[in-house]
This record gives sequence, structure tokens and C-alpha cells, in this order.
Amino acid sequence: MTLHVDIPEETLAGILAKAFRNRSFLIGLVITALVAAVAILSYVWTPYDVTRLVISDKTQGPSLTHWFGTDHFGRDILSMIMVGARNSIAVALVAVGIGMGVGVPLGAFAAARGGLVDEVLMRMNDLVFAFPALLSAIMITAIFGPGAINAIIAIGIFNIPVFARVARAGALAIWPREFILAARAAGKGSTLITIEHILPNIATLLLVQGTIQFALGILAEAGLSYVGLGAQPPMPSWGRMLFDAQTRMVVAPWMAIFPGMAIVVTVLGLNLLGDGIADILDPKSRRQR
Amino acid sequence: MTAYLLKRLIIALATLVLASMVVFAVLEIIPGDPARLMLGLNASADQVEVLRNQMGLNAPLAIRYLHWAGGLLSLDFGRSYTYSVPVIDLVRERIVVSLPLALIALALSTIIAIPVGLYSASRRGRAGDAIAMGATQFGVAVPNFWFALMLIYLFAVWLRLVPAGGFPGWSAGVWPALKSLLLPAVALALPQAAILARVARSALIEVLNEDYIRTARAKGLPYRAVLWRHALRNAMIPVLTILGLQFAFLLAGTIIIENVFYLPGLGRLVFQAITQRDLIVVESVVMLLVAAVIAVNLIVDLSYAVVDPRLRSRQ
Repeated sequence: MTLHVDIPEETLAGILAKAFRNRSFLIGLVITALVAAVAILSYVWTPYDVTRLVISDKTQGPSLTHWFGTDHFGRDILSMIMVGARNSIAVALVAVGIGMGVGVPLGAFAAARGGLVDEVLMRMNDLVFAFPALLSAIMITAIFGPGAINAIIAIGIFNIPVFARVARAGALAIWPREFILAARAAGKGSTLITIEHILPNIATLLLVQGTIQFALGILAEAGLSYVGLGAQPPMPSWGRMLFDAQTRMVVAPWMAIFPGMAIVVTVLGLNLLGDGIADILDPKSRRQR
Repeated sequence: MTAYLLKRLIIALATLVLASMVVFAVLEIIPGDPARLMLGLNASADQVEVLRNQMGLNAPLAIRYLHWAGGLLSLDFGRSYTYSVPVIDLVRERIVVSLPLALIALALSTIIAIPVGLYSASRRGRAGDAIAMGATQFGVAVPNFWFALMLIYLFAVWLRLVPAGGFPGWSAGVWPALKSLLLPAVALALPQAAILARVARSALIEVLNEDYIRTARAKGLPYRAVLWRHALRNAMIPVLTILGLQFAFLLAGTIIIENVFYLPGLGRLVFQAITQRDLIVVESVVMLLVAAVIAVNLIVDLSYAVVDPRLRSRQ
């Protein structure tokens, strides 16, 4: 992906028309909306209560009464996937929020100041990059013990340098432009210019990166809760469901198949959505066909 | 080029030192006294104090850090609280599983991704490209540990071709050992291969639009030769960057995958250490993996200079 940004010279109607012709965007949007709707629906309704254990119904295969089968406690897999979606979305969303909230100001600041400030901030980035999310999660867990909050912090910390880099690269491409010079001539300071001119022009980049990190966050959360560093039972989470399924693969493969498919579909939807947004709003970064 | 190499080297070393300070600081924050942990709850305050002095826990912070960091340099990570053996012995035992696993996965991922990227780029917009890229979209979305579970179900439970987990050890022979690393390596490699193939494709497409590619074709070079000799080499920089990043993910990935396949690698060691609150082991393994990530990124930076002669002459 090139990081050169052009200001969209199109009307909103034109962008919308393009959006509805973009296949990636449409499929991604439908899937993402569906997953979000399922997560919201789970607050008011699930086919079965996920906290009730019905041992007589344990490890039943998919059927009309239990579409995705039941687990080793007789809980309905479909209901658990619905409730688990909340956890996945919440963790990934807050982690993106942390990454953007801290990373974007840092990156924009580094680009505005340049010189030593830039160098120091980018070296700090290198430092954080040396700790893959799983490693920071392990360290955080070693201090505070496991939990969903730690998963959020670990994934969020890893997101910070990602957004800082994108914001910095985007901002550096905007700074030499004429309209920035004009703003300077009008007497605006670098903070004001960053807020009024730089940020709106790198919003597209940040949005695209946001959907990518959202998708990665869902994968990371699943991995962390799979190894027991994320959400703790009885809160259903997709990763935890896969952990429970592992030792029962021979008798109840559906326990592993459906939660995994939920992750794949969600991540696929977000990636398609991100590709679509990049295509529509930023023709320069479009994949040549 | 020397200036470029020197700068990258200094940055890598500085990052390593800072990272070690972070890891050390984390150990300092952790509540609980290692001396008391080793002696148990019944130990008297005097006994704990004596051991604290022996372990150097009463020294000033800076001295303790230097002592610890100096130990790391001579591969002395300290003693495991629970196993009562030097941590380096535990690491040495486990790394012969984790490192080959990550390397096989990296090799597999590259072997799969580069041809797919070449194929897609040379056929861009056609059906073959669309199918290949659709497949990579799925590959990117699949969590490796779930993919691992599906592989176990297919190849170990159904077809009974490979063991479902465990590791016989290299002493059992190279082939049995490799065989038990095969499924984990495939599980790790395929999602990474999908990402790499996408990067390779877009880098290649960008290069294929360059004038020198047209020149090479115009002078009568066969398309295949242009693709491999000119295009691939020039598309290597983004591919190498991603490879370097992927090695970090692969190392982290081995930690999870080892738990799926019950492989006695660093990942299993770390999780056992977490549950036993054997913090010195946790910290040592984290430090080792962080050092590996930094080292690989340095190698990638250096390999830019090999791939791109312009970097060599740049002042």
C-alpha cells in the first residue's frame, strides 16, 4: 500500500455510488453488520441460556433444536457464539481505540516536529514492535493475572506503534502541500494545522488501518483466550470455546468447527470492508487489476 | 553502506537494551518476594533477609539491573524457582523444538507464497488471479490454532497419517521428529503464506509496470525470465519487510501452536511457568524472544543492502 494521499475531489453522492458498485465493500459491510447485529441481539435474545448447564444434553451434534450442537456441559453452541461475539468485538474495538487514541497523536506530533522528537518517538515505536501482542500479554498476565482487560491492554499496546507509523507517514506526505503552506502563512500553529488540515486528510488511511487492526484484534483475542490469557469462564469467548473443544475433537468436532468459522467469517468481513474502503476513498492505493 | 549498517546495528542494540530494561522493570513491579517464594511461608524474617542478601535483592536498582543484564550476556538467566535448575538448561532443552518449528514454517510460507504471488501478478485480473486472491483472503482470516485443530481432525483423527501431538525428541531420529513438527508447521505457515502472497503480488504488479520491465521484454527476454530475474528481485524489499515481521508472529505463533500439539517447546515452558508463577522463566523466555525479533529485523535491514545495490552506495 502506498502511503501517498490525495484529497478526494468527489462529492458524497459520487463516493456512495462508487461504494455500491464495490463488491469487496458490499460483502464486507453486510458480513460486519450481520456480526454486529448478532452481538447486539445476544443482549436481548439467544436461543438458549448460556449460563444454564444441561448435562443430559451434553455433546449433541447439530440438529433442529441445537443448530450448531451442544458442548460438554449441554450448552447451546450457537447461543455461546452469539454471546462470544460481544467479547470479541469489545476487546478488538477498545484495543483499536487505544492504538488510535495514543498512536495517532504521537505519529502526527512526530511528523509536525521532525528532527530529534521524530527520531525518539520512532525508536520508541521500534521498542514496542519488539514485543508481539502475545508476549506483552504474557508479561501483563504474569503481573496482574489473566482476564479480558489484560487482553485489551496487550493488543492495544501493540496497536499504538502501528497507528503512529501510519499517521506519521500520512502526515509527512501532507505537510509539503500548498494548502498547508497557505495555512502557515495565515498564521496557524503546527498543532492547529495538524487538527484542522492534517488529520482530516489522513482519516481515510486511519479508517482502513482501523479495520485491519480490528480484524487482527479479533484474531489476537481468540488466540489469547484460547491459551487462557483472555476472557475467563463462564464468560463465553470464541477462543475459550476452541480450547474446550480441543480435547473433545473425536467425539464432538462441531464444538471446534463452528466457533472457528465465526472467527473466520468475522475477520473475512472486516478485511473485505477495509479493502473496499481503501478502494473507494483512496484510488491511489487501489490494487491494480 | 558502512554508515547504513552501523546505524541499523546501533538502533538494534539500543532497542535491545531498552527492551531489557522494560522486562526488568516488569519483574520489579511484580508483587511478591522471590526469596520468600523460594523459602516458603514458614521461613523466618531473618532467613528471608539472609537469602535476599545472598540473591543480591537488597542492592540498589541500577546495580541489580546491571547484574541481571550482565548475566544475560553470559547466558546466565538465573535459576528457575520451581525446577531448581538454571533457566538456560530449560531453554536449551526447549529451543530445539521451537526454533526448527518456526524456521520450517517460515520456509514453507515462503515456498508457497512466492509462486502464488508470481502466478497472480502475471495473470492479474484473470480468473486464476481472482481464485488465488480469494483463497488468500480466507487464509488471512483463519486463526492458525483453529486451522491446527482442523488439520489434527483431518490428518490425525480421520486419516491417521501423522501423530495428533507430542514430540518424540530428536534422539528418536530425524524423520519421526520432523513428522511431528509437520502439521504444526503447516498450521503456522498457511495463514502467513496468505499474507505474504498478497504482498508479493502487489509488489510484483508495481514492478511489472516499470519501464525497465518493458525494456527487458523488448530486447527479447522470455516473460518467465523477466518475471524471475528482474521483477522478483525488485519486488524483494516489501517481501523481505513482511518476512521479517512474520518471523515475530511465527515465534509468537509457536507459543500458541505448541499448546495445540503438546510440543515441549518454549511456548509450553512459558505457560507452565505462568501457572507456577515461575517468573524468572517467564521473563527469560520473553527476553529471548524479544531479542530474536530484534535480531531478525536487523537481518532484514541488512539484507536490504544486499538486495538493493542503491542502498550500498548511498552515503
